[in-house]
Amino acid sequence: MTSLNRFPFASSAAELLVALRKGDITSEDLVTAALAQIQTYDRHVGAFLSIRGEKALDEAREIDRRRTQGDKLGPLAGLPVAVKDNLCTQGEPTTCASRMLANFIPPYDATVVARLKAADAIIIGKTNLDEFAMGGSTETSAFQKTRNPWDLERIPGGSSGGAAACVAARMVPLSVGSDTGGSIRQPAALCGVTGLKPTYGRVSRFGLVAFASSLDQIGPLAQTVEDCALLLEVLAGHDSRDATSINRPVPPYRELLLQQPEKVRIGYVPEMLSDGISPDVVRTMEEAIDVFRSLGAAIQEVSLPHARYAVATYYIIACSEASSNLARYDGVHYGYRTDEKAMLAELAEERRRLQQEGNLAALEDLDTALVRLYRKTRAEGFGAEVKRRIMLGTYALSAGYYDAYYLKALKVRRLIRQDYDRAFETVDMILGPVTPGPAFRIGEKINDPLAMYLFDLFTVSANLAGIPALAFPAGLSAEGLPIGLQLQGPPLSEERLLQVGHMFQRVTDWHRRRPPLIENNGPLS
Amino acid sequence: MTLTRQEIEKVALLARLILTPEEVEEMTGQLGRVLEYMALLNEVKTEGVEPLAHAVEFANVFRDDQVEKSLDREVALANAPHRDEECYLVPAVLGDV
Amino acid sequence: MNTSDTPYRIVIGLEVHVQLLTESKLFCGCSTKFGAPPNTQTCPVCIGMPGVLPVMNRKALELAVKTGLALNCEIARFSKWDRKNYYYPDLPKGYQISQYDLPICRGGYLEIPTENGEETRRIGIIRVHLEEDAGKSMHDEKAGRADSRIDLNRAGTPLLEIVTKPDLRSPTEAKTFLTELKLLLNYLEVSDCNMQEGSLRVDANINLHIPTGDGKYVATPIVEVKNMNSFRAVERALTYEAQRQYEAFLETGHKLGDVPKQTRGWDEDAQITRPQRSKEESSDYRYFPEPDLVPVTITEEELERIRATLGELPAEIRRRLQATYRITAYDSDVIVNQGRAFVDYYCSLAEGCGDGKMAANWAQQDVLRTLNERQWTIAQFPVSADNLAELLRKVRAGELDTAKARMVFAEMVERRCSAADAIQRLGIVQVDEGELRRLCEELIATNPRVVAEVKAGKDKAIGSLVGQAKKRNPNVNPARVKEICLELIQGQS
Repeated sequence: MTSLNRFPFASSAAELLVALRKGDITSEDLVTAALAQIQTYDRHVGAFLSIRGEKALDEAREIDRRRTQGDKLGPLAGLPVAVKDNLCTQGEPTTCASRMLANFIPPYDATVVARLKAADAIIIGKTNLDEFAMGGSTETSAFQKTRNPWDLERIPGGSSGGAAACVAARMVPLSVGSDTGGSIRQPAALCGVTGLKPTYGRVSRFGLVAFASSLDQIGPLAQTVEDCALLLEVLAGHDSRDATSINRPVPPYRELLLQQPEKVRIGYVPEMLSDGISPDVVRTMEEAIDVFRSLGAAIQEVSLPHARYAVATYYIIACSEASSNLARYDGVHYGYRTDEKAMLAELAEERRRLQQEGNLAALEDLDTALVRLYRKTRAEGFGAEVKRRIMLGTYALSAGYYDAYYLKALKVRRLIRQDYDRAFETVDMILGPVTPGPAFRIGEKINDPLAMYLFDLFTVSANLAGIPALAFPAGLSAEGLPIGLQLQGPPLSEERLLQVGHMFQRVTDWHRRRPPLIENNGPLS
Repeated sequence: MTLTRQEIEKVALLARLILTPEEVEEMTGQLGRVLEYMALLNEVKTEGVEPLAHAVEFANVFRDDQVEKSLDREVALANAPHRDEECYLVPAVLGDV
Repeated sequence: MNTSDTPYRIVIGLEVHVQLLTESKLFCGCSTKFGAPPNTQTCPVCIGMPGVLPVMNRKALELAVKTGLALNCEIARFSKWDRKNYYYPDLPKGYQISQYDLPICRGGYLEIPTENGEETRRIGIIRVHLEEDAGKSMHDEKAGRADSRIDLNRAGTPLLEIVTKPDLRSPTEAKTFLTELKLLLNYLEVSDCNMQEGSLRVDANINLHIPTGDGKYVATPIVEVKNMNSFRAVERALTYEAQRQYEAFLETGHKLGDVPKQTRGWDEDAQITRPQRSKEESSDYRYFPEPDLVPVTITEEELERIRATLGELPAEIRRRLQATYRITAYDSDVIVNQGRAFVDYYCSLAEGCGDGKMAANWAQQDVLRTLNERQWTIAQFPVSADNLAELLRKVRAGELDTAKARMVFAEMVERRCSAADAIQRLGIVQVDEGELRRLCEELIATNPRVVAEVKAGKDKAIGSLVGQAKKRNPNVNPARVKEICLELIQGQS
């Protein structure tokens, strides 16, 4: 299979597994090809923060050796996988795309990383993200911008921008991301790949650097629904180290794809297709509805009356939790620390100045050395968006504002959850847009946080409600940019969402479309 | 909802951040606009609604009281920015901070 | 200090933190053992490294519930965890996992003995909740070091915070409360309450009610006193602080509400309290529900199961000892304070010798003294309650006098043998009752003058008979000789 050798990731992970098993290709071939593809395109795309090169090749050779020997191998044996850089990897840098953790080396693996290793997957490298996963464009990364392979002037989405871009650029067949308010689904949609945010608790969060603990969830990104099913099977499952992990067996998601779901009732929310939504998105929705109808699904309107409050609710809760989760980055136990000598000199200088001015009140209020150490460390270690969110969350939790912001948001969160519960009494899942439009230009919204937040209006509800949602490519905009849709279902309905998504991909080819960048320049398949 | 510069300064201290005058200026405007947007929630009637803090509601997850191996001290301290043989080091902690 | 001695009434409430006797920490598997070299009992969870998650120790919950039941609290059927956010270098996550609005126990009281020893007083408990301990910041000022050193071994150790109502009326009563609480927690095997090792820590809120002469009173501002490192220090610090507040009131006239709540630290060397500096914003803890932990629910069956493990508690044991063995409140107090094993020893001894008062005297004087001298626990004590009871029965029967019995006791301790063996080893020949009676009859017959004197009311004359008896047989019990002779002489009339 020379074509596979030269450009293997035109094939899906499922197809590659078959080729590996048959001996048509080796894991070393795959890793070599992945590294070559990264070498060629990542200087344009910027998806990876670190690449495991030789280590990955060694592991691949070891898998090939074991395969030749006839050893029993894990379900992802020999497949290259990319891991978002907010998932801890023992002995290897885990930066969260933050200056704060630039040199942090965890002495432990995230549970999902341990599971990938146990499944004999080859971790090829760690992908770029918005700093601490806070952002929707991967522009807040402290280290580099990631560009959308479909248009290098545009954002890949975020926060799992690197995770989606590396699949879109066919560098790897499988990629692991995290989704707190859309961070898997939104970049998947903007990069034309498939991504799933599982039910809260379905995948262990142990070792996922926390952004907002009650919303964070790890999930797969890949070209196809089938590959997402394959990867989810490895990622999901109970973990005694995560008290919020659900203790239920993991269904054989991939095998279940072969089962034709019974008559599916799919709902959609007409109000979501009104103001401010790109006509391309509306058209994509209408076409997809037709496809599902032609597949025998019953389509009906549903209502999510509190959906319009989701963004406000989400940002209050997410920022509140983040303000606490990020308190640990204080320069004492690990991570970045400000230059202590310079800090002490600065403080002494301030004290001298205040004494000269006779400003006793300010002198009294002057930071102690320790407080100033914290403040300088955090001011220098965090980027602007992280600081904004910490400020917002600290404010929302502070005395006098707690009830009006945080508590109020928790109550509205309940109402949002109840909307879904009610909707799922009449439909099996809800089809809707992932974003109001295709990928925007780099720099377009970076100085307007509110505009950036409002771009999340379709994705944050699933996180607030803790329900699973599958994003998949469903069209192209007039400019030729990918447009994704999502199916949201009740808790633990992953298998049905995957079945229905798979059904869609059997009769459409949006997920097979490749960005012009690699279509035009790359070695052809 | 408008924020004052003093409020921003106070929150920055609470969050152990320190802002330049330009950052204070910028934050005051940006966060003010975000908070204004969040006032949208005031139109939702929430009397009698139980707050939802966890996305999945279940209870009683425990571990048994068994000692597991701790990290070797060298490994525990390996990431510390400032340390001696045994401990993390910080500028003198005297009384309350 | 007695309230009647002072021109004011003292109002004290305590906040007590005790470390629970679990093997592992509250949210991770690291050991809680005291005294390990710095930073050798830590892991990614208690260091608060990125991405790690807490999982709750079941035993800690059980110990908390046990304490709540023993303190007569209402146990929450639903409780949850909250984060208390503040920055301190020994708090690696930047927040402490604690309980805010739904603590595990609410209400309740502890009965403490009063000064007269006979009555008890109920001190109200507001709440009991679980939380994790912080690490330790060490600063060696004398060595002139610019840095503080942080040891996280203690970080994550389970703590119980017990908050009393402001029911305590004197520094002495505060000390009594702490003594009683410590005893209770020792009995429950919830905590060893060792203040030297920091497994019990106390902060006190104190103010005064000063009568204004018209039947009303004025309250002084509440002060929180910290840094008290022993029960004695608590008593002294509060005594000092009460007087200081009175003098401050006379000087400034400040009443409750006139000034913000102050925190003062006890300076053991200077024996005074000093104001501690704290910024106003530092008290904004921004509590919110801990998203990494799920709530805790407790069923009636679980409560009953834990209730069944409580055992008999100190106050009940004191009452039982007084009623069953007819001993004083003081005696029962001394015995109960020695712990459950000592109480069991005492009860066996009292049952075995048939005299509770005698058993109490021996237990408190001879047994306790030996334990203290040799640094033994009652479990290590070589004389079983049965063996000691055998000895005491001989004393009661008049076979041994107290002086001899003490020699026998010492021999039993040394040789780890029974009373009979010890008596034999010491060569003490016991005179049996029949032989003793014959000797007395002989003496009465041969000493008519003495008998006449006794009959005439000169009881002292009997001493001559006792002296002669001892000369004839050094092993006789003089007290018994005296008794028998008197009995025989009176029988003659």
